[in-house]
Amino acid sequence: MLNVGKIEEGFVLDHIKAGKSLELYEHLQLDKLDCTVAIIKNARSNKMEKKDILKVECDIHLLNLDVLAFLDHNITVNVIKNGEIVEKKELDLPRQIKNVIKCHNPRCITSIEQELPHIFYLADAENEVYRCKYCEEKYSPTAKA
Amino acid sequence: MLRHLMSPLDFTTEELDRLFDLAGDIEKNPGKYAHACEGRILATCFYEPSTRTRLSFESAMTRLGGRVIGFSDAASSSAAKGESVSDTIRIISCYADICAMRHPKEGAPMVAAEKSLIPVINAGDGGHQHPTQTLTDLLTIRSLKGSLSGFTIGLCGDLKFGRTVHSLINALVRYQDIRFLFISPEELRVPDYITDMLGKKGIPYQEVIRLEDVMPQLDLLYMTRVQKERFFNEEDYVRLKDFYILDSAKLSRARPDMLVLHPLPRVNEISVEVDDDPRAAYFKQAQYGVYVRMALILTLLGLA
Repeated sequence: MLNVGKIEEGFVLDHIKAGKSLELYEHLQLDKLDCTVAIIKNARSNKMEKKDILKVECDIHLLNLDVLAFLDHNITVNVIKNGEIVEKKELDLPRQIKNVIKCHNPRCITSIEQELPHIFYLADAENEVYRCKYCEEKYSPTAKA
Repeated sequence: MLRHLMSPLDFTTEELDRLFDLAGDIEKNPGKYAHACEGRILATCFYEPSTRTRLSFESAMTRLGGRVIGFSDAASSSAAKGESVSDTIRIISCYADICAMRHPKEGAPMVAAEKSLIPVINAGDGGHQHPTQTLTDLLTIRSLKGSLSGFTIGLCGDLKFGRTVHSLINALVRYQDIRFLFISPEELRVPDYITDMLGKKGIPYQEVIRLEDVMPQLDLLYMTRVQKERFFNEEDYVRLKDFYILDSAKLSRARPDMLVLHPLPRVNEISVEVDDDPRAAYFKQAQYGVYVRMALILTLLGLA
C-alpha cells in the first residue's frame, strides 16, 4: 500500500472518480500554483471500489470550487489546518461557469470573436443542464473542453 | 437604469401590458407622438440584410420625429475590417441614443449590450431570438382578439427550425387558458424541449399533420414559411416546402372570427386569394410591428 504523508495546511479532494484526477488537476490549474500536490490514482475505496485523491498544500481560497462542482459535485472537499480536517465542504452546482468549457455552436458569436469569454449558466438544476449565455446552446458533455 | 431587449421574456407580462397600451395609444393618436423622439438618433446596425425589420425600425423612429443612421450589411460596416461587435457598439454609443442590431451570429446583440452605453434592441440573431417579431405577434393578437388569454392557436409549417414559433410559444405560455395545436410534417415537428415544457406546465397541446382536420377548432392560425437556408439537403426542402398551402377552400372550414397570422415574407404557404379574406391579418401584423417598435423605442429611451 502506497503511503502519502499528511498535509499541514491545504485541502484534500476525496472521492474523485477513478482516473479523473489529472483532468481536475488541469481544470483547477494546479500546475500554476507553487505548492506541493499529490495525485493518488486508483486508491481503494469502500464506497466507490476505486477512487482518485488530490492533496494540495495551499490556501483553500486559491481553489475554484465552482469549477470543481461543475466537473463533479460528488467530490468531497476536506479543508486541512494544522494537519487536521477542519471543514468538509459540500459542493453545489455553480449557477455560472466561465472559461471552463467552450461553446461548440458554429452559429454562436463566440465562434468568431476569440476574445469573448465562454460563459455557461445553469438552466436546469434537476437535469444538470448548462446553456451558453450568448446562444443558449445546451452544453454537451461529449464536447467537453 | 440602462435597459436592453434581448428576448421577449426580458419584459414581465405587466411591462408588456404597458408597452401594448402605449402601442395602442400610438395607433389611435399618432400626432401625439410625432415629435416624441425629436433630437434622438436610432442606429440600425444590420450585419445581414433584412429589409422589412430594418425599415420597420426606421419607420418607427421617423414617425417619432427622430433620426436614423446605420448600415444594412456587414460588408459596408467596420466588421469587414475585422472590428469586434464590442468595439463597434462602443463607437455607436457615441453616435446614437439607441441601437437596433441584427447579426447572423447568435448572441451578438447580447455581447453588444454588455459594452453598450445606450439601449440595444436585438433585431434578430441567427436562429436564436427575434424579440420584436414576438412583440409584434402579441400586439396583433391582443389588438384584434382583445386579449392574450383564452384561445386555441394553431401553429403550422416549420415548427422545428422556426425561431418565431418557438419564441411565440414561450411568450404565450405566460398567459392563461391557451391551447396549442402544432400542425407540421413529421420532419418539422416542434422540438421536444418545447413539448416537455408544455407538459410540465400542464398546458394542453396536440400535434397533428393535417391542417384541414383542426381548422374548425382554431381561434388563431399562425402560418410559417419553410426556410430553405435551414436545410442541408435540397431534396428535403423541395419535398417539404409546399406541404401546407392555405387557400380559400381550407379557410372555408375556419370560424368566421379566426385570424390568420404570418411573420412574412410568405412564399407559397398562403395563397394570394386568401389576402382579401377579412380573416387574413398578416399585413395588419406588419403595421402593428411599427407601433410596437415605436412603443419599445419610447420605453427603452425612458420617454414613455
